[in-house]
Amino acid sequence: MSTTTTRDTTRPAPAEVTKARPRRGVRGSTLNFWIFTGPFLIGLVIFVYIPIGWSVWLSFFEARYTVTPDKFIGFDNYELMLTNGDFTGSLVTFTVFAAIIVPVTWALSLGLALMVHRLRFMKAFFRSVFFLPTACSFVAASLIWKMSIFSGVRFGMMNTVLGWFGAENIAWLADPDPPWYWLVIVSVRLWLQAGFYMILFLAALQNIPPVLYEAAAIDGARPGWQTFRHITLPQLRATSTAVILLLLVAAYQAFDEFFNLLAKTTWGRPPLVELYYTALGDDQDYGAGSAGAVVLTLLICMVTLLQGRFLGFGKGDESR
Amino acid sequence: MTRLGPPRGRRCVLGSAGLYFATAVCALLFLVPFYLIVRNALSTDAEITGENWQWFPTTVRWANVTELFEDATVPFGRSLGNSAVVGILHTLGTLLVCSLAGYGLARIPYRHANKIFYAVLVTLMVPAAVTFVPSFVLVSSLGWVSSMQGLIVPGLFSGFTCFLFRQYFLGFPRELEEAARVDGLGYWGAYWRIVVPNSLNFFAAIATITFISGWNAFLWPLVIGQDQEAWTVQVALSSYMTNQTVNFHLIFMATAVSILPLVLVFLFLQRWLVQGVAQTGIKG
Repeated sequence: MSTTTTRDTTRPAPAEVTKARPRRGVRGSTLNFWIFTGPFLIGLVIFVYIPIGWSVWLSFFEARYTVTPDKFIGFDNYELMLTNGDFTGSLVTFTVFAAIIVPVTWALSLGLALMVHRLRFMKAFFRSVFFLPTACSFVAASLIWKMSIFSGVRFGMMNTVLGWFGAENIAWLADPDPPWYWLVIVSVRLWLQAGFYMILFLAALQNIPPVLYEAAAIDGARPGWQTFRHITLPQLRATSTAVILLLLVAAYQAFDEFFNLLAKTTWGRPPLVELYYTALGDDQDYGAGSAGAVVLTLLICMVTLLQGRFLGFGKGDESR
Repeated sequence: MTRLGPPRGRRCVLGSAGLYFATAVCALLFLVPFYLIVRNALSTDAEITGENWQWFPTTVRWANVTELFEDATVPFGRSLGNSAVVGILHTLGTLLVCSLAGYGLARIPYRHANKIFYAVLVTLMVPAAVTFVPSFVLVSSLGWVSSMQGLIVPGLFSGFTCFLFRQYFLGFPRELEEAARVDGLGYWGAYWRIVVPNSLNFFAAIATITFISGWNAFLWPLVIGQDQEAWTVQVALSSYMTNQTVNFHLIFMATAVSILPLVLVFLFLQRWLVQGVAQTGIKG
């Protein structure tokens, strides 16, 4: 519905809220404000702010098997994590993963949206087909990928297909060399999320004023690549930016498919899987796990802010 | 609708045929995994793991359904029930808590509303999954491990959902509420009798998205559900993958059963879902 970008809808709002009617019934509305927002804010403090604070606090203590430690060790946990090859390796894994999955999903979902947008009939049907995998959980999809499509034995679908061409069986997930597991991991996420982002692009495509295309046609632009390059893409800029940001954050949170597809292998561990084993594995090292979480959070904030600078995404604007 | 279509004539017919062909091929690729679930769920182990790849099972084996629920190693029926309870309460709770807060932030004048709104925005910068270690620490010190509260309550306070509601209420026509206020309704009355009944579409969209993410959540239920009794469907599914004895037909039947509710939600609530996702994304 709302055709505007993030900034237009959010920016004027805060001022309006506080300054519109400053005099009338301030006391009554203060009480009402707390009745409405109180439950949420209390929950937010207890389940978001306190855990974050606790985590920062724990990261400076030696905290194994305990969440109320007494031995202050300064930055040792940070040093431990940052010199730990497994943790830094997981950051590399994430970087590789993001470098592949973000552009590929962007391109595929945009491509699907352009295709579906141009259909004259059966549009809703095809939209549904591409959107449907969003209903699937990462766990369920990992199951199909691991046990049926990319099963490393002869009855797996991909190996069967390869067999028709006389190729050998490939152990897709069991062997990091060559790293076929990336194909499995990337394709499962691509299948699950492309349709979701396609919907965002479809909505944006529908909001491009047709006048632009008419004007371009009068100016002699040929439909196809020219109009796509000079009208469609620039008009999709705001949505593209949002999509890339969402994709990046989603990639940071990658856990489900790595955990389920690769189980306890030592390769291909993204940061969250690594932290899961550090904090809740055999050692239950909450201190080191917390230090890792803090490092990761700082990294995410940095990337988000940097991206905001480069792509001009809204959040920075609001705080002024 | 199709102003940007290619010029009419023979090229158009060819182009359109090509477009439909390409779309159909992509659609088939997207449907293969669904087909495999159904095929495997209704086959025997021997057929799934057979030497020769079969596109169609020779016999459809419905007995897999009963076998799945009678299998004692994984309490699948129990976890299905847990997921249903968690999904529904998670959705209702989130809608209630976040919509009230969103309305308060959008509409009720208060001196520090701005600062509070920024405090909510800041939490969007910290992805929920990164806080699972400290959240687990907190929830376990409350004694909520392997409990329904532990599964549901921490997830209710979504900064993002609150933000979406606030944006929505900012765009809600003020005149409707003003009229109600003139008629003597307070904020509370105006909210329940005017705002909510006129916003059911938006509530439905958010409810659908919340339910889906609740049903599909894995990391938090895995961390919290340490007893089998507290497993959700996703945790149960995952446990099949690490089990030594592999019963393919049961695993795929379980997968099919776990996906079915959401596929139904998808097919029946498409309209709200598409609208909701479009709205979410543009404003996210």
